[in-house]
Amino acid sequence: MKFSFSSEQDEFRSNLRRFLADRSPTKEVRRLMETDAGWERDGWQAMNAELGLTAVRIPEEYGGHGFGFGELCIVLEEMGRALLCAPFFATTVLAAGAILQAGTDEQKAALLPGIASGETVATLASVEDNGRWEADAVTLSADASGKLTGHKSFVIDGHTADLIVVLARGPAGLTFYTVNGNAAGLSRRLLKTMDPTRKLARLTFDGVQGAVLGTPGAAGPAYDRVMTEAAVCLTNEMVGGAERLREDALAYAMMRMQFGKPIASFQSMKHKHADMLLDVEMAKSAAYYAAAALDDGDADIVAMASLAKACASDAYSQTATHAVQIHGGIGFTWDNDTHLWYKRAKSSDVLFGDAFWHRENMMKHWAA
Amino acid sequence: MTELTEESVRAECRAWLEANWDPNLGLVEWRMKLAESGWGNPHWPTKWYGRDLPAGLMPVVEEEFKRIGAIGVAKAGIRVLAAATILEHGTDMHKEKFLLRIMTGEDTWCQLFSEPGSGSDVAGAVTRAEMKGNQWIVNGQKVWTTSAHKAHWGLLLARTDWDARKHAGLSYFIIDMKQPGVQVHPLRQMNGHASFNQVFMTDAKVEPEFLVAGVGDGWAVTTTTLMHERRGADGVRSWGQGSADRPERAYVEERAEIATVMEPYKWYPQRAGRVDLILPRAKETGALADPVVRQEIAKLLIMTKAAEWTARRARTAQEQGRPQGPEGSLGKLASSHIARAAARVHTQMTGANALLTGEDSPMNGVIAEILVSVPATSIAGGTDEIQRNIISERVLKMPRERTGDSDKPFKDVPRNTVA
Repeated sequence: MKFSFSSEQDEFRSNLRRFLADRSPTKEVRRLMETDAGWERDGWQAMNAELGLTAVRIPEEYGGHGFGFGELCIVLEEMGRALLCAPFFATTVLAAGAILQAGTDEQKAALLPGIASGETVATLASVEDNGRWEADAVTLSADASGKLTGHKSFVIDGHTADLIVVLARGPAGLTFYTVNGNAAGLSRRLLKTMDPTRKLARLTFDGVQGAVLGTPGAAGPAYDRVMTEAAVCLTNEMVGGAERLREDALAYAMMRMQFGKPIASFQSMKHKHADMLLDVEMAKSAAYYAAAALDDGDADIVAMASLAKACASDAYSQTATHAVQIHGGIGFTWDNDTHLWYKRAKSSDVLFGDAFWHRENMMKHWAA
Repeated sequence: MTELTEESVRAECRAWLEANWDPNLGLVEWRMKLAESGWGNPHWPTKWYGRDLPAGLMPVVEEEFKRIGAIGVAKAGIRVLAAATILEHGTDMHKEKFLLRIMTGEDTWCQLFSEPGSGSDVAGAVTRAEMKGNQWIVNGQKVWTTSAHKAHWGLLLARTDWDARKHAGLSYFIIDMKQPGVQVHPLRQMNGHASFNQVFMTDAKVEPEFLVAGVGDGWAVTTTTLMHERRGADGVRSWGQGSADRPERAYVEERAEIATVMEPYKWYPQRAGRVDLILPRAKETGALADPVVRQEIAKLLIMTKAAEWTARRARTAQEQGRPQGPEGSLGKLASSHIARAAARVHTQMTGANALLTGEDSPMNGVIAEILVSVPATSIAGGTDEIQRNIISERVLKMPRERTGDSDKPFKDVPRNTVA
């Protein structure tokens, strides 16, 4: 459903929104973002057990609920709105996505139930110091026995994941390997990130034993697909954050008095808010369309995913800039919450390719 | 009464069309049949040429007309707004006199709202209607009046009470355009076309029974017309594509009708920016290989798709009878952005040839016409600024600005001196 949600989906969303508003207020976001891990196992597992979030997109035969991207993206949009600090994206979008795309039936049966139950926290390590998201940029090598040597960087939750799916150059070409988070020869360093709510790590592999995931040499297309899915999922997370920023800025403008009236009554404010609404609603439309296009198996999904990601990148960044401006001086302070989403807007723009990259990618794949 | 379902409506409509549709009939003759049967405007009341069909089932009827190639009632132009307004506020006499000839297309209508002194602020109209003897006498000037030179009837907003406050002093009339007191002059635009007119009314006459609703109710009636205008704006512009290139009489007459109705709108595709030409032109000019242009093209296509999908979300909510979110009020503002961006990319791709117009220029002037036509998009039918006010006040519930005209008799309100 590209243009609407079912009443079940609407209800799922509103329950989740209430739940996350209760469990992930900004006070909690601020507490967790100051920790090295960026999330807490007990708290996250309890929350996940109540709602079964990590099971949403896992097929039923592997212990999940078997929903599509439509539902997964509702979860992500609400998490983006609440800025939930949890290893959800890395585990269910990236790692589970790679396992579903590349893994054999046996591997899926072995790896996915742990992800569905929330026990296993996982991630995907593909990008390296060069910061390029394309498969052809991978240099980390694997020998015939599956020993991995090299490095990965910008790995989301890479320092805390139990299971790491690694994209490497093996004897047969690009191949996924799975590695345990505590494997011998693996060192993990938390990177200092501009956005403290999304932790990134640099991983060094010094002859780390990996297990081949799927067919050796066949990871390229599977990885491309996972990146397409990741772009769509992140887009939906982004529009949740953008809408929250817009609403908070509006609430502030309605309450803030200057010259004897609320600043929301000034036309300069009203016009800015109208523009923000347009930006956010258009980005939401693109995000919903792309999520449904994934479920529908549309042939032009690569172009549509890039379209949506570029649209949401610009909308989120612009909304964040406006939101700081509308708050004035207070919006530039650490104590005001606006900067939490401002930083998330920027980190989301860069992850999996920025707006410029996705616009070019869209042009390459646009159905002529 | 049997319950209406998609299947029952489809079957009934199909059977009627199969028994009655004849392309060799004259257009008016065929539309009379549509009016009698109720299939011309089935969403209208049964009492007035309709069938009380729920709006949600209208697409079924449209599909059946399309399937058999049947022509519908006249749907383009201000006549549709006239019909909607008359159905809501008119007397039985109005309905009897006007609705049928609106459906057959025999009567053309125009809208006399905007004035030189009141554009965005339509309720600031100063055209004067006074009861003298047993007639309304109208004096004033209207502007931006599409098809006024062809119109038989006009929807007129005029001031009848100068001591009342602004909105309360207005009344709404149906005025006979073919009378000596009404003079129509074309208005030349910056793109060289003259799609609109200025209408001068000097002691023009309106019969008392052609007042719509009561004296002083003009603003409420105007709101109805404007609401239908906003809703139908896209329909008017895209109208007239469907007429098959067939030789039978009804088709020939419909093509002639479309050509007349669409004449003022022939530059409208250019005013919207001609996004459809962007990729073909990019290939033709070689600009598709330029990474800078590719970024600009992508931005434009993204905006276009996102706006289209936003409109689809609004429409889907409406069709499902669900509350429409804010997405319904954004289309016009989005079109302005798209038109401007498209004009910029077209000019960027055209290089030095963008200096030229007419037969010396690419596509015989179409590219040049885009650049000089898009400014209309962010003005016509409510400026971008007014749209932003509407969005912020009605959708976001931000406080209205205090105006200088609501707390005193209109005669004391400062206004433009242009007559």
